[in-house]
Amino acid sequence: MQALTNRAKQVDRSPMNFWERMYLPSIIKGMGITFSHVFKKNPTIHYPEQTRPFSKVFRGLHVLNRDEEGRERCTACGLCAVACPAEAITMEGAERVEGEETLYREEKYAAKYEINMLRCIFCGLCEEACPKDAIYLSETFAPANFNRKGFIYGKDDLLIPDPNKDPEGYQKAAAGRVREKVDVVETYSKPGSNS
Amino acid sequence: MIDLLAIMVDWALVIEKLILIVIVVSISLGVAMYSTWAERKVAGILQDRPGPNRAGWFGLLQPVADAVKLFSKEDIIPSKANKILFVLGPALAMLAAVMTSAVIPWGDKITIGDYTVSLQIADLNIGMLYVFAVVAMGVYGVMIGGWASNNKFSLLAAIRGASQNISYELAMGLSLIALIFVTGSLSLKDIVVGQQTNGWNIIYQPLGFLIFIVCAFAECNRTPFDLPEAENELNFGYHQEYSSMKLGFYLFAEYINMFISSVIMATLYFGGYDIPFFNEAASTISPNIIAFLGFGALMTKAIIFVLIFMWVRWTIPRFRYDQLMNLGWKSLIPLALVNMLITAAVVLFLKLGWPF
Repeated sequence: MQALTNRAKQVDRSPMNFWERMYLPSIIKGMGITFSHVFKKNPTIHYPEQTRPFSKVFRGLHVLNRDEEGRERCTACGLCAVACPAEAITMEGAERVEGEETLYREEKYAAKYEINMLRCIFCGLCEEACPKDAIYLSETFAPANFNRKGFIYGKDDLLIPDPNKDPEGYQKAAAGRVREKVDVVETYSKPGSNS
Repeated sequence: MIDLLAIMVDWALVIEKLILIVIVVSISLGVAMYSTWAERKVAGILQDRPGPNRAGWFGLLQPVADAVKLFSKEDIIPSKANKILFVLGPALAMLAAVMTSAVIPWGDKITIGDYTVSLQIADLNIGMLYVFAVVAMGVYGVMIGGWASNNKFSLLAAIRGASQNISYELAMGLSLIALIFVTGSLSLKDIVVGQQTNGWNIIYQPLGFLIFIVCAFAECNRTPFDLPEAENELNFGYHQEYSSMKLGFYLFAEYINMFISSVIMATLYFGGYDIPFFNEAASTISPNIIAFLGFGALMTKAIIFVLIFMWVRWTIPRFRYDQLMNLGWKSLIPLALVNMLITAAVVLFLKLGWPF
């Protein structure tokens, strides 16, 4: 049979000679090997304090986006819910009334917007379907909760901070979560353009 | 009669010994406690990972957290288990582990006013035999615990443990006989004093030490001889059915045994409380300070041995049972016998000259 790699070694089944039967030389050799690890670099990432950088296309929990003036972008068109293969998204639309122009960007908005994180498969199709750039998949992951109800995220869980009330939080959310779609598209299209 | 006894009791001595016992036992327990931390830290370092580092600075509170966890767990006695023996097992293991520390000379004398305290609980003239008797008793802890659990894996592990300890005790005893030829005494104190004048016994008995350390690994049920606790063969070994602090006692007894056997190795072969390259008798420093420095030297030697125990554990895989028995009966015992005969001949030759 042809070997797949050249790393294969024939097993030596000949009986041990006296030197090998003493065990001590190989024990000392082994202890030398383990001792050399004292000086080796520790590759551990101390998780809560340090985190690994995410890939640009990482798909974590969703956020609902705001524009620079702090108005919600979502218009409750329902395209994300239609696109969702797991049927995790439900919403109820409502009409914006006089005086709410600072809250909602367009005349229609989502009065209720829920994502069931237990149903969600984090495929990102909602993000692709959204015509208003309102929903994004962030880099937050691994939600923990004590009951199933806690995994149904409402609008207050999903919306990013208001830039008027919490500019720092908005900057952080917008920088970390609202990624430049152009980059992602470029990364994907490169192999395609070559062929 | 009662009055007579009351007069004859030397209360100062009783109090002195009680204080010593409390100190020695708490030191043994403390070292054993931090051995569990050190074991995991050593494992981490040798495997390129940090080891416990969450509880306290460098994870130093980890043993406390483990103790709290073990104490607060549910204490289960299996319904088919023999209840008395089930409780007796860990108690015996712990007792035997702690009792050995009584005959070890932890240091020289210290003088407070005109009262002299010897840093040894009991200077038995047969100290070595006492150690052997108590260590042999430790097997009962394993055996009784394994049998009382009413579990075939525990029983198998207990039988393995018992036969392994008995097999290796022979070679250990034979290697010690050669040592006793050299020192001429069974008292641990005399052995240490002899080494202070004549040099450490490791120079005279290198092969004996090698046999002794291998047997010590086997007696402590440490890797590569941890067959009674072989997880992948016997689930968890003889303490499978144990939970809560009873399990804790078994694990703790193992670490105390490890520490005590390290101290005994340091005492027998590496000069005990003798400070290397330093003449205690000729120095001008106060003898009390020298006694404490000597205690420090003994502890340093013992901790180095404990670290070697751990280093070996994270290097060498477990022996198979037949290999274990072959090594014990066919290699170590003949070697120890040869070592004993050669030592005896040399000692006789030096004493009486050829032809004896």
